Amino acid sequence: MSLERIRAVVRKELRDFRRNRFLVATMAVLPLIFLISPTLTLLRIPSDSQASVVAHAVRASSLLLFVVPAVIPPIMAAYSVIGERDQGTLEPFLTTPIQSAELLLAKATAVFLPSVLVAYGIYFTFALVIRFGAAPAVSAAVWHAPQMLAQLVFTPLIATWAIWVGIAMSVRARDVRVAQQLATLASLPTIGVTTLLTLRVITPSVKLAVALAIGLLVIDFRAWRFVAKLFDRERLITGRPAQPS
Amino acid sequence: MPPALEVEHLTKRFGDRVAVDDVSFEVAAGEVFGFLGPNGAGKTTTVRMLGTLLSPTSGSAVVAGLPLAPANGVEIRQRIAVMPEAPGLYLRLTVNENLEFFAGLYRIREPGRIPAALEAVGLESRADDLCGNLSKGLRQRVGLARALLNDPAVLFLDEPTSGLDPVATREVHGLIDGLRERGVTVFLTTHRLDEAERLCDRVAILNTTLRTIGRTEELRDRMFRKRLLVTTRAPLPDAASLLDGLPGVTGWKANGSSTYEIAVTDTQLAAPAVARALVGAGADILSLGEARHSLEDVYLGLISEDVEANRR
Repeated sequence: MSLERIRAVVRKELRDFRRNRFLVATMAVLPLIFLISPTLTLLRIPSDSQASVVAHAVRASSLLLFVVPAVIPPIMAAYSVIGERDQGTLEPFLTTPIQSAELLLAKATAVFLPSVLVAYGIYFTFALVIRFGAAPAVSAAVWHAPQMLAQLVFTPLIATWAIWVGIAMSVRARDVRVAQQLATLASLPTIGVTTLLTLRVITPSVKLAVALAIGLLVIDFRAWRFVAKLFDRERLITGRPAQPS
Repeated sequence: MPPALEVEHLTKRFGDRVAVDDVSFEVAAGEVFGFLGPNGAGKTTTVRMLGTLLSPTSGSAVVAGLPLAPANGVEIRQRIAVMPEAPGLYLRLTVNENLEFFAGLYRIREPGRIPAALEAVGLESRADDLCGNLSKGLRQRVGLARALLNDPAVLFLDEPTSGLDPVATREVHGLIDGLRERGVTVFLTTHRLDEAERLCDRVAILNTTLRTIGRTEELRDRMFRKRLLVTTRAPLPDAASLLDGLPGVTGWKANGSSTYEIAVTDTQLAAPAVARALVGAGADILSLGEARHSLEDVYLGLISEDVEANRR
């Protein structure tokens, strides 16, 4: 494993994103629209509301924020490998000494950095709007340390999961559009879990949060190895899997 | 010095279709080797196999001193460079940034390597230009600079002048000549026969199977009988009695009213004898020379044999 090669790919990808700012900016649009309604709901809660009403509303909005890191990266991740093929850069890239695991880790890191940055940006924008616009009880519930810690911890874990799903699609699909459409399905498990939490089918607790975080960490690591196994240079170049000699 | 490439019985199938069939050849270190063939002949597939992008169905090869095997993939790719038909540059990055990226992938640490590669292709002044703003010819040059970065033991150039205008083509030819002078082994796939004839030390003609291999002159001699072409001011009154039986002459035919195509075993022996006989007979010789077959004649001869064989 060469950090130098990984760094070279990450630097190249970030340069490419920087030259295509619209791409990164548009990543944030959908989640921001997504958050308008719950934010307005929290801003409208009067200061004399019951604690249970405040807690329920804040929990619903906060859980929605966990979906943000799942919906931001899939499009970019799904483009990462098959997009290189579409722009004709994949073949020269694959004829260099880079190993599959290095390439995938580098591509994932390059999507991870802006995705997590945007997700944190959205979260802190939401938190600041609530801090300065909502009733003190609502603000206190949003600026609650365990709640913020959970957000900080789960955002990268969920984003990483979504990135691996996106890259897996990118490695196997023959068409960028198909890869991107399929990659958006990565957000489904996150939406499922948050819905169950919102509906109180699962009761949120510290124990559950820790278990989920560890589970996601393991899944994220295994996903890297799994996607590396899916990576087939021959299939990417010719559209046909390599046949054993 | 060991060969830069040794290929033995290399075969590649895609399902039922055979793309490359039982191909064997060697390329010496420092040689510019032309790999010719029509579209779909298997040239690019061969390059992709030797570049470790595709795994052969059967056969073996040694590339830059290493056996072609999955375990050697990284090391082989470290020692070679491949420039595909389209240079595949990142158009939103500058020339320099493109080269920096590839230098990183080859773990090249010497700061002078990128400027040297740019100098080799005459692009020092365009280092900060976005690749998207360059002409096709300049992009091809950037692709070549990229291929030179790791100082490859074997440089694979796949149709490097495809789609280029004559000026850009001549520039690329000049660069390949420069590589030869530097002792770089170049494996050049092309279907431009003039290009191969001008640049390559040896050529191989592929049409799924390897049809022939050798120096251009050898291929000509192998495929075609040697001939003299003679043009006289007036038709010879009795060409048969004049030409038959001359030393080295094996046959002749009139090619127009006063041009004669004379088949010979040895031009050095036959040409003076023909000249003497014609002058002795009072004929005015306008021209007398060896009829030269081009590589194109060799190529078309072989490929039309294949077309005929497929028809039968």
